[in-house]
Amino acid sequence: MAVCIAVIAKENYPLYIRSVPTENELKFHYTVHTSLDVVDEKISAMGKALVDQRELYLGLLYPTEDYKVYGYVTNSKVKFVMVVDSSNTALRDNEIRSMFRKLHNSYTDIMCNPFYNPGDCIHSRAFDNMVTSMMMQVC
Amino acid sequence: MEPGAAAAPALLLPLSEAEQQCYAELFARCRPGPAPEAAAGGSGVAELFRASQLPADALHQITELCGAKRVGYFGPAQFYVALKLIAAAQSGLPVRLESIKSELPLPRFVALKNDSEMRYGTPAEILGAKHQIPHTALDKNSFKRADEGDKQQETKSPPVSPVGSPPASPSSYQRVPLSYGYSKSRSGHEQKHGASYESRHSAHQQDGSAAGNYGAKSAHGQLSRSLSAEKEPQNSSSNYSDDPWRITEEQRDYYLNQFKTLQPDLNSFISGTVAKNFFTKSKLPIPELSHIWELSDVDCDGALTLAEFCAAFHLIVARKNGYPLPDKLPETLLPDYLQTASLKPIRDCALFDSYSESLPVSQQTRDFNRTELETVCEDPTNSEPLILFDVMTSVIEPKTSAEEVPDKSALTQAANSDDKQALNISTTVKTIPKEFQHLAIKTVAHETNTLKARPRSRSYSSTSIEDAMKKGEEPPTPPPRPQKSHSRASSLDLNKIFQQNTQAARSGWLPPPPALPPRPLVSQTEQVSEIELHPQMNRVPPQTEESSPTKKEILLTQPPSKPIRRKFRPENQMLENQELSPTISAASSLSAVKSHHPVQKQSSKQKRAIQTAIRKNKEANAVLARLNSELQQQLKEVHKERIALETQLEQLRPVTVL
Repeated sequence: MAVCIAVIAKENYPLYIRSVPTENELKFHYTVHTSLDVVDEKISAMGKALVDQRELYLGLLYPTEDYKVYGYVTNSKVKFVMVVDSSNTALRDNEIRSMFRKLHNSYTDIMCNPFYNPGDCIHSRAFDNMVTSMMMQVC
Repeated sequence: MEPGAAAAPALLLPLSEAEQQCYAELFARCRPGPAPEAAAGGSGVAELFRASQLPADALHQITELCGAKRVGYFGPAQFYVALKLIAAAQSGLPVRLESIKSELPLPRFVALKNDSEMRYGTPAEILGAKHQIPHTALDKNSFKRADEGDKQQETKSPPVSPVGSPPASPSSYQRVPLSYGYSKSRSGHEQKHGASYESRHSAHQQDGSAAGNYGAKSAHGQLSRSLSAEKEPQNSSSNYSDDPWRITEEQRDYYLNQFKTLQPDLNSFISGTVAKNFFTKSKLPIPELSHIWELSDVDCDGALTLAEFCAAFHLIVARKNGYPLPDKLPETLLPDYLQTASLKPIRDCALFDSYSESLPVSQQTRDFNRTELETVCEDPTNSEPLILFDVMTSVIEPKTSAEEVPDKSALTQAANSDDKQALNISTTVKTIPKEFQHLAIKTVAHETNTLKARPRSRSYSSTSIEDAMKKGEEPPTPPPRPQKSHSRASSLDLNKIFQQNTQAARSGWLPPPPALPPRPLVSQTEQVSEIELHPQMNRVPPQTEESSPTKKEILLTQPPSKPIRRKFRPENQMLENQELSPTISAASSLSAVKSHHPVQKQSSKQKRAIQTAIRKNKEANAVLARLNSELQQQLKEVHKERIALETQLEQLRPVTVL
C-alpha cells in the first residue's frame, strides 16, 4: 500500500504524481525528487553492462525512518517511484514488484491511446483508478 | 376543492379548475392512503417528478421551493406548488415562486413503465382509445371551464381525471402531434389543439362545434402519427429502461460506413493515428476523446476493430448530444456484445435492401420506422440527428428477442452438425419465407461458418468486403484474438496478422489462427467451387450431393470468386496430394474437408516453426560456442600444466637417471 506514487519522464519532470494523505503532499514531492538522484545513480551503474541485462526493478532506493522509497525504470527511461510507509512491514519485495508491474502495464495502456502525447501529464481515469487501488486506504 | 386555497398558505396560488383537477388526480395517485390530507408518498412523487423529464437540479430546486424539504413531506400544498413549478419549468420559465403566479400550462409527465402512469397528464401518452368516449364528453365540459378559468392560458384539453390529455401549449407541440389517440373524433380534437389555440378557444366556446372543424386533416396522417405515437411512448419508455448506450441499426450502419471510409477491410483495424484524426473532427476536447478511446479500446492495442470503433463513435455521438461520459464502458458497447449483436442488425439491413416489399406485421412496424430512418439518414455527415435511440429500439427489442428463440433452436440443430445438416438447413431455408430466412441465416452464421454460401446468396448485392466482415463477425470472439497477439509484444505477430488480413481480404477469409470453425466453412466453399471447376478432385461423394444446392448460391458469386480460387488451385493441388489427408483427419470432424485453409495455415505454421527452429538453433549455437571457448580455455590451461609438469620432470630426471 503505497503512500505516494509518481511517474517521472525521461527528462526528470513528473508526468503523474499522487499521494495519500494529501496534507504531506509537498514532502512526498520533495522525497520523490531527491530519490531521482539515486535512480540515476543506479541506472548509470547498471548501464555498463548490456542493456538487455538491466533490471527494470531498482529495488529499495533509500529508507528513511518514516518510509521507504522504491524505484523502477522502463526501457524508455520513464521512472516509477513509489513511497511506502515504513510501518507497513508486511510488504514484501514481490509485492512491490507486482505493483510496479501493474503500473507499467497501465502506463503502456496509456501509451496506446493515440490521443496521449508522450510527455503530457497523465489524466487517464483508468490509470487513476489503478493507482487508487494501490494506495493506502486512509479513512 | 380545498387544495386551491390550501396550496397557498404563503402564496395564494391561483389554480384554474383544470389545474385543480389535474393536480388532485396526480396527488391522489401519489398519496398512499385515502385521506386527502395525507402526504403524498415520497417514491411516487419522485417518480412523477422524474417523469416530468426535467433535469435533476431543477427538480431539486422545485422540491425546495415548494416547501417539501422544509416540512419534510409532500403535503397537498407542497405538492400543488411543486406541480405548478414543474409546469413552469417545462414551459421554460425559471423555477421561482413568482413564475407560478402566472397562468401556466399543466405539467407534463412522460409515462414510464406502468399503464397507470400513462394517466398522468402527458401529451406523449394519449393512447387511450378506451378513454375517448368519456373523454370527449368531459372535453367539452372542461373546455368550457378552461375558457372560463383562464383565457390567457395556452390551453390544454383539460387534464381531466383518468385521461391525460395533451396540453396544447406550444412548447409541447412537438410531442403533441405525435401523441394523439386513435379515434377520429379524439384525434380531431387534438389536431385542433395542434393547429391553433386561439381558434380553439373560440371554437370551444361553442361547445359542440369543436368536433366539426377537423375534417381537414387526413385520417391517414392521423393514423401514421398515432402509430408513431404508439411507438413514441414505447420508445421513450424503452429509452428509460434501456440506456442511450444501445446502438440502433441505423447508427450501426452509419458507423459501418464511416469505418469503411477509414479502412475498407472490415476485418482489420483502424490505426490509432487514423482514428485520432477522424475523431478530432468531432471537435470534442482532447481529454474527452482520450477518455473515450480508453473506454472503447478494450484490448488496449492502439487500434480499433469494427466493434471498438462503433463503441467509440457511439460514445462521441452521445457526448455531443450532452450525455456525460461513463466511467466504465456500458455493457451494450462491449466489443463482444457488439459483435454478437452486429450479426443481427447487419443481416436485417441487408434484408431491408433486398426485400423491402414482403413484410409480415412484425416487419411492418419496422418498415414504418424505416421511413423515419430514411428522413434521418438524409444527412449522414452530421452525426447528431442520428441519435435516434428511440425509433428503432423498441421495435428491435421484441424482434430480436423473438429471433433469439428460433436462433437457439436452430443453433442446437446446427450444433450437432456436419456440413450435411447445415446444408440441409440451408436447403430448407430457401423455401422458408424471406423473413425467416434471415433468422435461419443468422442462426447458422452464428453457429458455424459452414453456410457462408447462404449469406453470400442473400447479400449478393453487397460487396465481398461485407462478406469478409460478416465472416469476421460470425464467430463472436475470435477476431479479437489476433489483436491480443499483436498487442505491445512483437512486431513479428503484427506482420503476420497483416499478411493474413490482406490475404483474408483478398480471399474473403478469416485469418487462419483464430478458430478452427472457419476452416471447414472455407474449405467447404472451396471444395464446392472446386467441384465445379475440378471434377476430378477426389471429394467425399455425399458432400457433392449436399453441395449442389449451395452450388447454386456459389454460382451467384462465382464470377467474383473465380480469380481468387484460381490462385489457390495450384497450391491446393500440390499440397493436397501430399499432406492433406493426415491433416484432415486431425483437423475437423467434418469428413473430407480439404482446403487451402489448412494448407495456408500449414505454410504459416511451417514458417513459424522454421523461425523458431532457427532461433533455437542460434541459441544452441551460441551456447555451444561458449562451451567451446570455455573448453578450449580449459584445454589450454591443461596444456600449460602439462608442459609445466614435463619441464619439471625433465629437470628432475637428470637427477634420478643415471
